[in-house]
Amino acid sequence: MKFSKLTTVSALSLAAAGMSSAAQAEELTLCWAAWDPANALVELSKEFEAESGHTMSFEFIPWPNFADRMLNELNSGGKLCDLLIGDSQWIGGGAENGHYVKLNDFFDAESISMGDFADATVYAYSTWPKGTPNYYALPAMGDANGWFYRKDWFARDDIKAAFKEATGRDLAEPTTQKELLETAQFFQGREIDGQTVYGAAIFTERGSEGITMGVTSALYPWGFKYENTPGEYDMEGAVNSPEAVEALEFYKEFYETATPPGYTNSYMGESLDAFKSGQVAMAMNWFAFFPGLYADPNTGGEKIDFFVNPPQNQAGSTLGGQGISVVAYSDKQDAALEYIKWFANPEVQQKWWDLGGYSAHKAVLESPEFVDSAPFAGDFLEAMGAVQDFWQEPAYAELLLAMQKRVHDYVVADQGTAQEALDKLIEDWTETFEDEGKL
Amino acid sequence: MSDTPITRAAEATPPVMARKIKGLSDRAIAWIFVAPTIFLLLAINIFPLIWTINLSFTNFRANRLNREVEYVGLRNYERILTDTDIWLNMQATAHFLFWTIFFQVLIGFTLAWLINRKFKGNDLWTTIIVLPMMLSPAVVGNFWKFLYQPQIGLFNYIVAFFTGKDPSSFEMLGSVDLAPWSIVIVDTWMWTPFVMLICLAGLRSIPDYIYEAAEIDRASKLRQFFTITIPMVLPFLMLAVLFRGIENFKMFDLVVQLTGGGPGSTTELTSINLKREAFEKWRTGYASAYAIILFVTVFGLASIYVKALNRVKER
Repeated sequence: MKFSKLTTVSALSLAAAGMSSAAQAEELTLCWAAWDPANALVELSKEFEAESGHTMSFEFIPWPNFADRMLNELNSGGKLCDLLIGDSQWIGGGAENGHYVKLNDFFDAESISMGDFADATVYAYSTWPKGTPNYYALPAMGDANGWFYRKDWFARDDIKAAFKEATGRDLAEPTTQKELLETAQFFQGREIDGQTVYGAAIFTERGSEGITMGVTSALYPWGFKYENTPGEYDMEGAVNSPEAVEALEFYKEFYETATPPGYTNSYMGESLDAFKSGQVAMAMNWFAFFPGLYADPNTGGEKIDFFVNPPQNQAGSTLGGQGISVVAYSDKQDAALEYIKWFANPEVQQKWWDLGGYSAHKAVLESPEFVDSAPFAGDFLEAMGAVQDFWQEPAYAELLLAMQKRVHDYVVADQGTAQEALDKLIEDWTETFEDEGKL
Repeated sequence: MSDTPITRAAEATPPVMARKIKGLSDRAIAWIFVAPTIFLLLAINIFPLIWTINLSFTNFRANRLNREVEYVGLRNYERILTDTDIWLNMQATAHFLFWTIFFQVLIGFTLAWLINRKFKGNDLWTTIIVLPMMLSPAVVGNFWKFLYQPQIGLFNYIVAFFTGKDPSSFEMLGSVDLAPWSIVIVDTWMWTPFVMLICLAGLRSIPDYIYEAAEIDRASKLRQFFTITIPMVLPFLMLAVLFRGIENFKMFDLVVQLTGGGPGSTTELTSINLKREAFEKWRTGYASAYAIILFVTVFGLASIYVKALNRVKER
């Protein structure tokens, strides 16, 4: 009888243990954009699956549809994503509209310190209101807009001599925005190995965020500010300052005199195509693509090198990158938080960088080996030290589309002046902030 | 009761349904059958329309459900009607509508007239001509994007061949002057066959004896064309214009694929602009007012047009 009781109790205990472990093992869905780092994350996440017993599935959306698709998902309270690596600009809306879980208590309970991550990334990817210790994401993918160029062309004696003759200086990585333009103009329409090549591929895309990301790469080094006083929305004299006007005129000149024909609506993909097909001497794009560019058998390796967005009046790079958030509508928030805890681990962060993701963890970035770990690692560090981001307001989409329109009208469609474009932009943004009750 | 033929016929006749389902009159049964359709019509068409009108007076944003919704009176309508950018979008739409319909009717009718003449292989030609409209607009947009590419595009090379210009010296999609025309060309290429088919149906509906009578009266071919062919095909042509007009007013996918509304806002048609306001900027109240203005415009124009069409048909 005793034996029978013991057997029964043991069997029940085992069954309960089995059931409990089955209940804890979840299938988590992580949503992100479809690009190279996403593939690296799939690889990295296999370790999480092995350690936790949870299984991971991924929903990767092509960049042009990423914002539309994911913001629709969030706005409709969809349960597709348990974890979302959302753009930095979404953080305000994510927090205020209740799409993202606030992570402060979780961070405290698990001793995850935001001090362990690069300050710029914490500010940009995690906090809302900006700069306050209210965290809605863990910095997941540091990124900034940078440049790459044909190192093999820059090293050729005939080209170097022609450049010296044309400009009076040595052909090298540009150190200012104006040198960047001058170098691009030198290559524009030049014949190299029997092929006509062009200066540089820059962002001019109209539909989503392309031209804004490109234009701000000129605006920030000239000293562009969104507000005179942070948090006051006083844009007059900041957004349309003489420096901002000069920078916008510069970008238009760049577009008109140093880009390939037909690049009127180009963004990440077009920039990569222009470079890989040997059409351009230089191109702008996000650091996230640099590992793939370096690995390219035709234009990578010894033929390519990288540089940070050059300064003009000051250093400045356009911020990319994203934080990882737990979606408030998920039924598997505990498992999703487990993933975040695992991902915040410095060892995992190191593997993340090794696989091609851009870690924002100080343990990785401040390691003595980091700068030499990839040809673009030092530039990445430098860029992240001077990044600026677009408005992260809940109404960011409205603010972004207004800028897309105004700068595309001026730069590509050649309508009006830079001053008019920026003045109109202030009018658009003022209307938005008035509607938001912030003005 | 004797078994008369009348009795037998009465017994063989199935009873009326109303008599079988007790307590329900014919009218009630008719309502039972019609009610689901009326309900669907109300649910799918009428209710959203009323709801949209209601939203158009608010500052509602569909992505900000926890935000307080305020009635703002006619502010949305006022903003839209005084916004010069929106008038430019309307202008771009009118340009696109006018020229696509003009070319499609002109070329479509000419093709139909040619195909209608009996010659060897005209069925094959009809099939070939009709192919573009069978393709997806997204595919057509991408296909023409490559054709228009200044460096490798076939279109630029053909133009360059005839004009002696450098192919990369002009950008069909990137130039403010050429981009609207590049869309007109693609839409005309794609939808002229549709107009052609309608015209062909019109041409084939004209009885031969009318032309034979005209021949007997010694009417010239030109006179036959203007006094018989054109008047008899006119209702068909007007129908084609109505269909293409409504379709092109809603044009979205082709333009998004080709230019994305650019350069600047040169090819930003009202449909693209409305989508941006509603589902990218999420200004739901504002977009509702915008949709109502467009609805009233299209409904008004279409009503006038249908009246004119009916008059032509009555003649």
